[in-house]
This record gives sequence, structure tokens and C-alpha cells, in this order.
Amino acid sequence: MKKLLILSTALSTFAFAASAQEVVLMSWGGAYGKSQTEAYLKPFTAETGIKTTMVDADNPATPVKAMVEANNVTVDVVDIEYADAIRLCDEGLLEPLDPAILPPGDDGTPAMDDFLPGAVTDCSVATIVFSTMYAYDTTKFPNGGPKTMADFFNTEAFPGKRGMRKGAKANLEMALMADGVPAAEVYEVLATPEGVDRAFAMMDKIKADTVWWEAGAQPPQLLADGEVVMSTAYNGRIFAAAVSEGKPFESVWDGQVYEYDVLAIPKGAKNLEAATQFLAYATGTQRLADQAKYISYGPARKSSGPLVGLYEDGKTEMGPYMPTAAANLTNALASDFEFWADRDTQLNERFNSWLLN
Amino acid sequence: MAATDTQPDDPQVLRTVDGVPLKTALAVASRRARIRAFFLVVPLLVFILLTFAVPIGQMLSRSFTDDKFSANMVELGKWFDANGKAAPDEAAYAALAADLKTASEEKTAGNIGTRINYELPGTRSLFTSAARKAKDLEPPFKEAILALDPQWARADLWAAMRSASAAATLNFYQAALDRQIGADGNFEAAPENVQIYVKLFIRTFVMSVVITGLCLLLGFPVAHLLAVLPLRHASLLMILVLLPFWTSLLVRTTSWMVLLQSQGVVNDLLVALGVITTDGRLEMMYNQTGTIIAMTHILLPFMILPLYSVMKTIPPSYARAARSLGATSWTTFRRIYLPQTVSGIGAGGILCFILAVGYYITPALVGGADGTLISNQIAFHMQKSLNWSLAAALAAMLLAAVLILYWAYDRLVGIDNMKLG
Repeated sequence: MKKLLILSTALSTFAFAASAQEVVLMSWGGAYGKSQTEAYLKPFTAETGIKTTMVDADNPATPVKAMVEANNVTVDVVDIEYADAIRLCDEGLLEPLDPAILPPGDDGTPAMDDFLPGAVTDCSVATIVFSTMYAYDTTKFPNGGPKTMADFFNTEAFPGKRGMRKGAKANLEMALMADGVPAAEVYEVLATPEGVDRAFAMMDKIKADTVWWEAGAQPPQLLADGEVVMSTAYNGRIFAAAVSEGKPFESVWDGQVYEYDVLAIPKGAKNLEAATQFLAYATGTQRLADQAKYISYGPARKSSGPLVGLYEDGKTEMGPYMPTAAANLTNALASDFEFWADRDTQLNERFNSWLLN
Repeated sequence: MAATDTQPDDPQVLRTVDGVPLKTALAVASRRARIRAFFLVVPLLVFILLTFAVPIGQMLSRSFTDDKFSANMVELGKWFDANGKAAPDEAAYAALAADLKTASEEKTAGNIGTRINYELPGTRSLFTSAARKAKDLEPPFKEAILALDPQWARADLWAAMRSASAAATLNFYQAALDRQIGADGNFEAAPENVQIYVKLFIRTFVMSVVITGLCLLLGFPVAHLLAVLPLRHASLLMILVLLPFWTSLLVRTTSWMVLLQSQGVVNDLLVALGVITTDGRLEMMYNQTGTIIAMTHILLPFMILPLYSVMKTIPPSYARAARSLGATSWTTFRRIYLPQTVSGIGAGGILCFILAVGYYITPALVGGADGTLISNQIAFHMQKSLNWSLAAALAAMLLAAVLILYWAYDRLVGIDNMKLG
């Protein structure tokens, strides 16, 4: 039966021809994809001669299960969110990772001390710290824009459409912080049914004014089109639009939710050896520091920090745009991977049901 | 007759040159022809089996089997077999501890937890964290496990584990009907604020009926025009029907997005004409309106073409005869013309309806929050929550509903009366 399924899947799906020396990276596209092409893929090919290809997805974690179960894994490395990596690893959908392959920092620090706490797990290695925060169009608020997370949920003081990611994650945390829950207690509150109700009650206030986005490239587009006046977004996308394209977007860091993004290898990847080599290479000190040259995500290695310099335009200092900059962390929340690995489905179903009613 | 064949000397039986009765020879020849014909369709049959029947069957079989728990929790399974619904005793906790230890060695705790998490959200980490500490567990196991987390004593948790200890289960169908395991371990309706599927099924069917109705309303006059216009004009009109039909679905859907969005062409035009103010722009997308408009447009050719093929065969003389006998134009239409188009209406209606019920991409793109259909929820469980069993249960229910409707249609109208072209 299983063989039949495999055969039929092979017949009916578009299968990539796997050559011996190739690494296919599935990532999030847009400005983020570009930063990885420049910082990881190009230098990797230049140094090793191994061909690299980039594939885009709205969320690269979602196709992994289908690929692994159908035994038709067409990508070698995936760039996914931390909580998803833990979940997929627990379900045996990712290749286990030997931390010994990770090179020490350029300053000689052993890899396990060089990475930020929790960045290396059984199946994945973190590359960056990214944040979900919100940004607004300054031209829509000539008398001063929103400053806090509560302002995002206040349509009286700041009228106009909002953009939010279509899903529960980060939105519920933001709603609670806007409702006055201190960052340190957010997950404690959200673990109770009353806390979830409280978060949804807060979201009710802006439900009628919200446009829901799914791909990371959408929020800057929605803002630029005038479809929304403010939107939650991945901080790097807003940076890319504001700094390199000169859009009038202002980021608000109050109430930001930050987490790791990781690289992992799906179980049964066709080019396991090259993929492992790529994984070790891409998470080296210099590579992570280089990526920060193209997009404002913080490197997951301590030794990369001092090497982060100017944006590719040669004049913008990257430091202040990083989610981990001290000024941006005054009221920030570290996303709790265990909470989301546990409740992702439940809260998303509640979210979907909330959207319908 | 067969009996006469056995009497070789009967002069009444016609025979071939080799002495075989003609009847037998004919049967052999026609069987050979049938086998040859069958070999011609074998490639198609195999193809359909492999790419259609088997994958769909496999997927649907997931809706009532899931062995993620039962295959990995062997000891606890034995305890449930022996003790049924008894409250968990020390032996049960010992079995649990043994299974958790195996799970941590084989790294299956995630799978086990995921299976129980389908039934009782929030319990996944109970299993993963307990498995991590399983090797240090010492008897008495009940106290040791409850010391890890008092939640292990929950009655609903044990009920969920008991029902998951058999691979075959109807729990996914219960979940697909908005029911869940309650605190006492029995199934009960899920709280109001998480009920979603029944509502979505109803919405899917209502919207499909509305869309099919709109298609009929818009398509009927067009099909009639196509059938009665002189050939030159009719073929031009036919091109106008077929061109969108041949255009990619995505292109048509995204074109509607360009037209309907709040900063889009239609709104801009209305603002320019002064019909609405710039603050009062109509919201025609990311809601039901958008889904209905875009899907009606996309499904329209499926209504027009069967209708046209039927109308083409209706002789105009019938209507003329009715008029000359004194019927009004309305009576002529109602009594003479309409009944003759029923087979086309049936075919177009059933085609549009079945396509609409399973539509996915258009509602996903223009549906927003309240314009999404059950297919989008199936996609959510396939792609995001990875609960394929629930997705399969929802899909099976959708399939069953469509088959029942098809059966009802067959009984009421008769499938032989359907004319697809």
C-alpha cells in the first residue's frame, strides 16, 4: 500500500531531479530570501562549487510533513520558526543534528558557548533573531503616530485599517500586552481560558478594521498600497521597505515578540551530506554577520555581533534596527516555543472560529 | 439452448467447419474481443487506480485510523484491554512509565503527545516532558508520575488515552462535528466559541446554492442567445464565453482582486462618478461578496455550455406553434421552452454545485475571514496543523454529502436525463 502511494505520488507530483552536488534551501522569499542568497548561498557555491537553489514558501514548515510522508523530499534545508522546528523534530520529520559539525566562533569561542541560549536544538540551528512588531505609515498620521502596542488596538485615537498575520501566534501575545499584561506574565495569562478570552476580546476591538496577511512580503505592500495605515510585520521586511526603498514607514518596538529562526534538514533529504555541510557553513560567525548587512535580523551567534556593520547602502548603521538592540527591548516578549508547540493547533482553531463569527 | 449443445449428433445445431457449435464459437470470439478491448483500457485503469483511487482511499482511511499512540504505548494498551474503563491504578501508572521510557529511547514522545493533543489541546508537552524524565521514574509509579505533573490524574486525559489506544477510531468524525472529550471522559458538544465545522459545512452548501443559482440566472439568457443567434454572431458570443473559460483560474481570481479591492478599479470609478465618497468605499473583497462574485464568474461557463447544447436541439417550431395557438409569451416559455431545457439545467446545476462545494483557491484568495469554505479548513489541517486525520474526516463528510445529493438528484431528475454536451 505504502509503495503504491509512493509510486503514485511520484507519478503525480513534480519531482525535482536530484543531482549529487546540490543544496535546495526553502525559505520565506522577499527581502529575507535575498539576504540568505547573498550571505549564504552565493559564498557557499563560490567556496565549495556545490550548486545551490532557493525555493520560496509562505511558511516553509508547512510542506515538510507532506514531503516526508510521501517520501518525496525535494528540498535539503528549510528555514523555519523555532516552535515549528521543535514540533517537527518531535514528530521525527527532521534529521537529527550533531552539534559537533558547528564551527567554533571566529574569535575561538566553542560553538555551543558562542550561540545564544537555546539556539542549538536536537534538529536545528538558529541563524537569526527576528521580531514581529508593527509599523505605520507616517504620512497617515501627520500629528504624531502610535507609540505603544495599546495604540495599535485603539482605533479611536488612531483610525484606519490594520494589517495582522492570519493566525494566533504573536497576535494573542500582542493583544494581551496591549491590554496591560506585563511581558513577563503574558504566557502565564494566555495558558488560562480566561486569558485567551481576554486576548480575543481585545482583538474584537479591531476585528472589523483588520486586513489579514499570510506572506511576510504582504505587510509592506499593504502599507504602500494604502490598504492599511498600520500593520504587524516581520521587522526586517519593514526595514527593507523603509531604508532601501525609502518608504515612509515607522517601526514601533513596544510590545514586539521576538524569536529564533532556524535552519533544519527534513528527514530523507536527498543531499544530506551537502546539506549538513551547508548548515555548518551558513551558521558560521562571518555568514551570520554578513546576513545582517542585508536585513535587520540579529545574528544568533555572539561572535557575529561585533562584525555587524553598515547596511549594503554603506551608510545606515544596522544596530538600532535590530530586535535585540537595547532600546528596542524595553517592553519586548520572547516567544515561548513550548507554549506554541503545545497549543498552536488549539489556538489557531479558536482563531479561525473567531474569524468566522 | 445449452442442453442441446451437449448432444453432438443433434442435426438442429449449427456448427462451424471444425465441428464446434456456432454459438460456442461466437461466445469465444466475442470474449476474445472483450479481452482485447479491456487491454486497451488497462493503462488508463492502472493510471486512475494509482493516481486517484489509491491515494484518495489511503487519505480517507486516515480518517478512522491513527496508530501514533497505539503503536507506541504497548503496555498501556494491554492495561486498557484488561481493565476497560476502570480508574487507573498503580499497574496502569507502571505501564505508562514503561511506555514513556520506551518512547524516550525511540524518540516517539512527540508523536504520542501529538495524538492526544488532537483530543485534548495543551497536553502535548505533558508527554514530551514526562518522556524526558522517564528513565528516572521509580516505583511507586503513581506518585512518581503525579509528582512530575498533577495533570496526569485528569479523567479526561485517561479517557483520551483509552480511546487512542485502539488505532481505529471515530474520534476524528466527532471532532469534525464540533464535539470533544469532556471532563467526565464522554463526548460532548465543544464550547460555542470553538465550534466551526458544522457552521462551515452549512455555509459551504448555502453559498454553493447561491452561486449555482446566480450562474443559472446569468447563464440561461446567454445560452439562449447562443442557441438562437445567427451563426456568425453566435460564434463571436461563444468566443466571449470560452475565452475566460480557457484563462487560468489564478489570473481570473487575481483580476477580480484588482477590480474589487477597496483601492481598486470599481471603487475608483464609483468615487470618480461621485456615487460614493472616498471614505465610503465599498468592501467587495475579503468577504462573502468577493467569493460569490469571483466564483460565479469562474463557474459560469460550466452552466452556459450544457444549457447551450440542450437549447441548440430544441426546434423553434414548438414555441411558434404554442404562440399561434394563443399562448402568451410567458406561458410559452413556462410550459413549452423551459421543460425542454430541464436536462441542461440539471447538468449545469449539478456541475456548478459540485465544483463550488469543493472550491479552494478562490475563497482562499478573495474570501478573507467570512468568505472561506470548508475546503479552506481542510487545507488548514493538511498544511498547517498537520492533523491529516481530521482533514480526511472532513473531506470524507464532504464527499458523502455530495454523493447523497447526487443520489437524490438521480432519484428526482434521473441521471440519464443529464446532458453534458
